[in-house]
Amino acid sequence: MSLHVDAGHVPSRAAPSRGRRHEHRNGPRRFLSWLDLRATPYMFVSPYFILFAIFGLFPLLFTLWVSLHKWQLAGEKTFIGLENYTKLLADEKFWNAVGNTVGIFLIATVPQLLIALLLANALNKKLRGRLFLRLGVLVPLITSVVAVAVVFTQLYGRDYGVVNWILSLFGVENVHWQNAKWSSWVAIATMVDWRWTGYNAIVYLAAMQTIPKDLYEAASIDGAGPRRQFWGITVPMLKPTIVFTVIVSTIGGFTLFAEPVMFGSGLMTGGTTGQFQTVAMFIVKKGFRDFEYGYAAAAAWVLFLLILLSALINFALVRGIGRSK
Amino acid sequence: MTTLTRTGRGPAVRPVKLDAFRATPLTRVALGFAIFLSIFPIYWMIIIATRSNEDAHSMPPPLLPGGNLGENVKAVFEAENAHFMTGIVNSLIIATTVTLAVVIISALAGFAFASLRFRGRNVLLLSIVLTMMVPLQQMGIVPLYQMMVTLGWTNTLKAVILPFLVNGFGVFMMTQYTQQAVPRELVEAARVDGASTLRIWFNVALPAVRPGMAVLAIQTFMLIWNEFMWPLIVLTPDNPTVQVALRALNDRYSTNYVLIFAGTTVSIIPLLLVFVFFGRQIIGGLMEGAVKA
Repeated sequence: MSLHVDAGHVPSRAAPSRGRRHEHRNGPRRFLSWLDLRATPYMFVSPYFILFAIFGLFPLLFTLWVSLHKWQLAGEKTFIGLENYTKLLADEKFWNAVGNTVGIFLIATVPQLLIALLLANALNKKLRGRLFLRLGVLVPLITSVVAVAVVFTQLYGRDYGVVNWILSLFGVENVHWQNAKWSSWVAIATMVDWRWTGYNAIVYLAAMQTIPKDLYEAASIDGAGPRRQFWGITVPMLKPTIVFTVIVSTIGGFTLFAEPVMFGSGLMTGGTTGQFQTVAMFIVKKGFRDFEYGYAAAAAWVLFLLILLSALINFALVRGIGRSK
Repeated sequence: MTTLTRTGRGPAVRPVKLDAFRATPLTRVALGFAIFLSIFPIYWMIIIATRSNEDAHSMPPPLLPGGNLGENVKAVFEAENAHFMTGIVNSLIIATTVTLAVVIISALAGFAFASLRFRGRNVLLLSIVLTMMVPLQQMGIVPLYQMMVTLGWTNTLKAVILPFLVNGFGVFMMTQYTQQAVPRELVEAARVDGASTLRIWFNVALPAVRPGMAVLAIQTFMLIWNEFMWPLIVLTPDNPTVQVALRALNDRYSTNYVLIFAGTTVSIIPLLLVFVFFGRQIIGGLMEGAVKA
């Protein structure tokens, strides 16, 4: 694999530049310390890069190779060029999965980051028991992902679910949350939000504490109220952190898997008509239930391109919003 | 009590009133509600785990613990086809091994990137940052599986462990941590005294970066404990991780709520312990990472 271990063009500053023979003359001890200076850094970074080459880079490139084949169970393969991709781009089920993934991502992430911002702002105020409050909003992080999905699936149960019971107090009839697109998306989005809103709030809080206090003092003197200060100072100052959380959420949102799987009784189909099948579920279904490896590999690459594209779009959007304020 | 103005001694040196940091009653109510929402699902899960199935179906939902916890947990471990005990043991082995390895690999590489000079340093560091953006485990899932089949490693713990040792985030984090915790002069001084690089790492850098390693360890453990997709694919149902065992439990006993909830309650115990003992460090680590990001 091309690790570029020696590819740097930076002239070395610390080590003597004359080469081995010269050093040798000064005795084996000098040579050993020269070797130590020169070689040890590579030894220190090599465990990571060796593992990366085998379990990161190789599978990534091999996915590309597999995606150009009709590759089925038992390793029978024929080269078919881009046929998997053309088939994929015409596959309604794939686009359905993409639509679900993007839909769930949007209705999960937008409210999540907004609430996290407001929550961080509240946590940043002078309050007693700050540590307790901060730990309180982080509690969801300790639950295992399958546990969250199982508990929320019960909360959204049709007949005995707490959510339907609360809605019934307002006269709403029992909702079968799995049945429709909108309801299943909302249910899955709340699972994601419940688990990650507090985490993002703490990340924002950390960044908020680095904003110089005199900015707020100056704004107060100018007569800006807390709300204007929040949108006029806090949010623009948090822009780099917001970009960071948006990118992390994008990767998480586009690879969403455990929640929708558990919501649909552990199956990869995502409901009777695939109303909440995500792209990750589509890949696992094609690759490991239908054993169409080549097709699944093509889907994995398209997923990656979608992540890149959406990270770029989000990045541009967030930058734009910050600027207009 | 909570406003800045009241702490001012007299009218002469009155500090500027910072409304932005004053907690209004609305703030308190909102925070209280947020924390209620955060805790309620877990609380409800634990309550149901201590009750019977009739209670689980009663409306309004029960809010106080019952006396069936021991019985329910016993049933989880005895549940046929779920292999819950195996799942817990497997997950502990996997999460511990990955955590130890990732922390050591990251501390070594982080030290090299932060404190040593070598050709290609910048290129290598950049490659790590770029690959942090790629969901490697999800994207490479097909070839990773084929690789494990070829090696005959499917259904072994090493098949689960090895791909998760690639953790670019860990190397990046330890590089940043080493940069601020280990002064360059200290490394140079030790070198002048004739210490080898390995010795400098072990005696100078390692003691200084221990807090960073602890934060990385906590985060890695939580991440791996929660891993679901890859173990689901590479392990067989009779040799699961705890998350896969939970899925089996949920599939086979879908109407037995107390059994499932007892299972999910048991599954969060290790993370609960981590949270209770290291909560402060988790917050500290998150906040530190965020400032640098």
